[in-house]
Formats: sequence, structure tokens, C-alpha cells
Amino acid sequence: MLELKNISYEVEGERENREILKDVSLSIDRQFVAITGPNGGGKSTLAKLIAGILTPTSGTIYLDGEDITKKSITERAKAGISYAFQQPVHFKGLTVRDLVSLAAGRDMTVAQICEILSEVGLCAKEYIDREMNGSLSGGELKRIEIAMILARGTKLSIFDEPEAGIDLWSFHSLIHVFERMRKETGGMILIISHQERILQIADEIILVADGAVSEVGGREEMMPKLLNTEGACSALMKKV
Amino acid sequence: MDQIEKNILKEIAGLHEIPAGAYNIRSNGKMAGRHTTANIDIVTKEDRQGIEIHIKPGTKRESVHIPVILSESGHQEMVYNDFYIGEDCDVTIIAGCGIHNCGADTSRHDGVHTFYVGRNARVRYVEKHYGEGDGNGENVMNPTTVAYCEENARLEMETTQIKGIDSTSRVTKGALKAGAALEVRENIMTHGKQYARTEFEVDLNGENCSANVISRSVARDASRQEFFSKINGNAACAGHSECDAIIMDASIVTASPQLTANHVDAALIHEAAIGKIAGEQLIKLMTLGLTEAEAEAQIIGGFLK
Repeated sequence: MLELKNISYEVEGERENREILKDVSLSIDRQFVAITGPNGGGKSTLAKLIAGILTPTSGTIYLDGEDITKKSITERAKAGISYAFQQPVHFKGLTVRDLVSLAAGRDMTVAQICEILSEVGLCAKEYIDREMNGSLSGGELKRIEIAMILARGTKLSIFDEPEAGIDLWSFHSLIHVFERMRKETGGMILIISHQERILQIADEIILVADGAVSEVGGREEMMPKLLNTEGACSALMKKV
Repeated sequence: MDQIEKNILKEIAGLHEIPAGAYNIRSNGKMAGRHTTANIDIVTKEDRQGIEIHIKPGTKRESVHIPVILSESGHQEMVYNDFYIGEDCDVTIIAGCGIHNCGADTSRHDGVHTFYVGRNARVRYVEKHYGEGDGNGENVMNPTTVAYCEENARLEMETTQIKGIDSTSRVTKGALKAGAALEVRENIMTHGKQYARTEFEVDLNGENCSANVISRSVARDASRQEFFSKINGNAACAGHSECDAIIMDASIVTASPQLTANHVDAALIHEAAIGKIAGEQLIKLMTLGLTEAEAEAQIIGGFLK
């Protein structure tokens, strides 16, 4: 179980500090949890705080009851947290094989890498020796990013907008990846997404807006609200 | 051959035993072994230090090893090796120099390798430089490579210097005729107070000839690196050079590319980038469970692979 208690995060502004997250408290123990909400609302910041990439200004984070607030990125990774970046990082010289092996924490045979890449719809033969750089398409990079998380198989996997930056066709097959992961993986999945199809497979949906958790609930309860937001600009709603 | 020499041979040529094919081993200025084949002849130069390697036209899938070992502290030498590669050959040449210096004097190897690559021949040339030693003596190596490529000849050169050379100035020159191609890949890592200078100059003289130079380097501690490249496009040709450096600690890196087009159809490109390891690369690997130091080692290892 992951618990956030009174988490705030501020960045220094020119005149005054800006609060990205304001006193957020959450506990996540369902298997597949989606975080959604408007851009700039603090979703990615929340994910980075959990992975240890950012440190909260105040508040505490617990993983299975243990306070991990002061732990480094490496320590959290070892404690069982994985984080798939929204923008996969490019590496000069490191290949898909290198990265999947590093993620798994051991030397992998071609057959083992093939197994993992096939989970994300890639054929190992074509990709195993490719470098993780701009010679791969956005969709390919995204899938490899996800494959690294699968190779780790940790108790908490965080995905930051897996749909961002990929085309519609790649997205459709990505949905299947998550549907399968939902069925087969034992760990908890925390996924930041705007996509209805991803939200539809979530056990729980957390709405983050304006630096705070505005609502939490099961998908049956949350989906109608999200699709029919009260108070949205009426002129805009007519058009969408 | 003693253990030190064997170890150096392993580092520079990946050799555990006497190599297959033709070879010439030079150790502390003397010939320590030579083997020729029906197609590859090696002869000692008479007018100055060095050897001539003659490869018969049409020789395919043969290799020549010409490692150089300096294990006596303070040994200094200037060597000229000439390679005559016949038409239609397809061969691999593995050179390399290793210095073991456990004394206080400067050990130094200067070598000029000149390649005459015949028409339609393909040559892969691998060069590895390595130094070790527990003394205070400096290890200095200044390799010069000159390549004359005839029509449709192709020379691929891989040069690596990862450890132990205190000072190096490497010069590579090429002159290419029609359809010829020159590929150069250079990997350098410098530590401590080491200094490495790379100078590259190629004349693209023939129609549709091409040169591609890729230099990747890592400068650590207080080391210094300089990269100078000149590509002269004198015909309808293609030239590309790329210098990519990771800078760390208090090191200094200079990249100075120069392109000259003397022909309207000369297509010349240079890319140069110097920067420290991207923070997001370190973070990504740390989220996979690596420590910062392990992440750094992986990134550098991949970059110089």
C-alpha cells in the first residue's frame, strides 16, 4: 500500500513560491489506480514525488507502512517502485537489450528479452540491438519504456501518460498491453492518463486538479462525472 | 614473451595466443615474431625503422596483426609502417600499441602508418592504444595515419584509446579518388592530467567519394582534449563528421570543425556536441535501481562502445 500524508510541493517563483501540490493525502491500495485531471494540475509532480525524483516541501510518503520520504531514487527503486517516464530518455550507445537487462537487474538471454518485448507488441529480433534514441519512433520508445517496467516487475509501477506522444494506432495496441498487465501482474499499477479507455479499466480513479485531490472513487462512480463535468464552460461543451 | 608483454598483447589486440594469419610483433624496438602467408608479405624497411606490408590483389578474408609493445621504461621510438593493399582485397588489419611503464622515464611510441588501398579493395583497420604502469614515467603515443584510396576503395578505421596514455596527438589524413569511402570511428577517454589531440584532414577528390568521421570521447578529471577536423570537398562528394564529447569534473574539451566546399555538389556536414551527462539519463537508470555511480559507468560504457 502507498500512502501520502499531507504532501505539499512548492517551487521558487520570481516573486513568490508557487504551490504545485497543496496538502495532498491519499492512500492507494487497489490494483489498478488511475490519476486524471487537467494539464498543469500536479499529476506528474505527484508521480515524481513518489518515485523520489522530486522531494516534497512537506509531508510524508509511506510504502507498505515504511516512511520512504527521505529515501533516494535508487533506494525507492530497490524498495519496489518503478516509474515509466512520460518522455522516454534517449541514450547514445545503450541498446534495448542493455536497458531491459539493467531494468531486470541481471543478464538476460535473448529469449527472456523476447518474452518481455512481445508483451508490449515488439519483435525482439528487430529491436534488441537498436539504440534507445531518436531512430526509434515515439510509439516504439514508449513501448520499450513500458517493457523496462515489466522487466522489473516490482510491487508498484507508475506510468506517466503512456498515451502521450504516440499515434492513435500505437495507442490502441498499448491499451491491450495495460489490459493484459491488469490481468496478469501481481503488483499495483498507478497510471496517469487522460484516456477514457484506460480509465475504464481502473479500479479507482483519482481526480487531481489545481494541486489537490478533488475526488476519489471507483470507476462506476467517477466515469459519469468526468465525462459530464459540471460547471464546464457551456459554450465549449456545446462544441465537444 | 613474459607476462607483462602477454597482458599488453591481450589489451591491444585481444590476443591470448599467437594470432592466426600474418603478424609482426614489435617489442621494445625489436622484432619479437613474424609470420607471413602466401598472400601477405611483411618485410623490414632498410632505410628507417618500420615494416612494409604487401597484400596481393584479390586477397579475401585474411588478417594481419601488427602489435607494438613497449615495456622498458624510457624506450622511445619512431616507426614507419607502409601498407600496400592490392585491388579487390578484403582484409582486416589490427594494429595497436601498448606501453607498460613502471619506471620514471617517458616511454614514447610515434608511428606513421601509410595505406595505399587499391581499387575496389576493402580494408578494416583497427587500432587500440593502451598504457599501464605503476611508475611516474609518462606514456606518450603519437599515431599518424595516412590513407590513399583508389577508385571505389573502402577503408574503415576504428581507433580506441581508453586508458593509460598521458599524452597523444593523433593525425589522420586521407585522399580519396572516385567512389572511394573512408569511415573513421574514434573512441577516447582521458583521465587525470592526460592530453589528447585529434587532427583529421581529408581531401575528397573524386566523384561520389565519401568520408564519415565519428569521434566519441569522455574527458574526466583535469584532462584536456582537442578535436580538429578538416574536410575538403573538391568534387561531387559527401563528407560528414561528428564530434560528441562528454565532459566531466574539471576537464576541458575543444571541438573545431572545418568544412571547405570547392565544388558546388560537395555535400558537407559537421555535428559537434559537448556536454555533461544528461541528468535525466542518470535519473532514468537510478529508477531502475542503479546507484548514481553505476548509472554513470553504464552511460559512459554505452557511449564509448
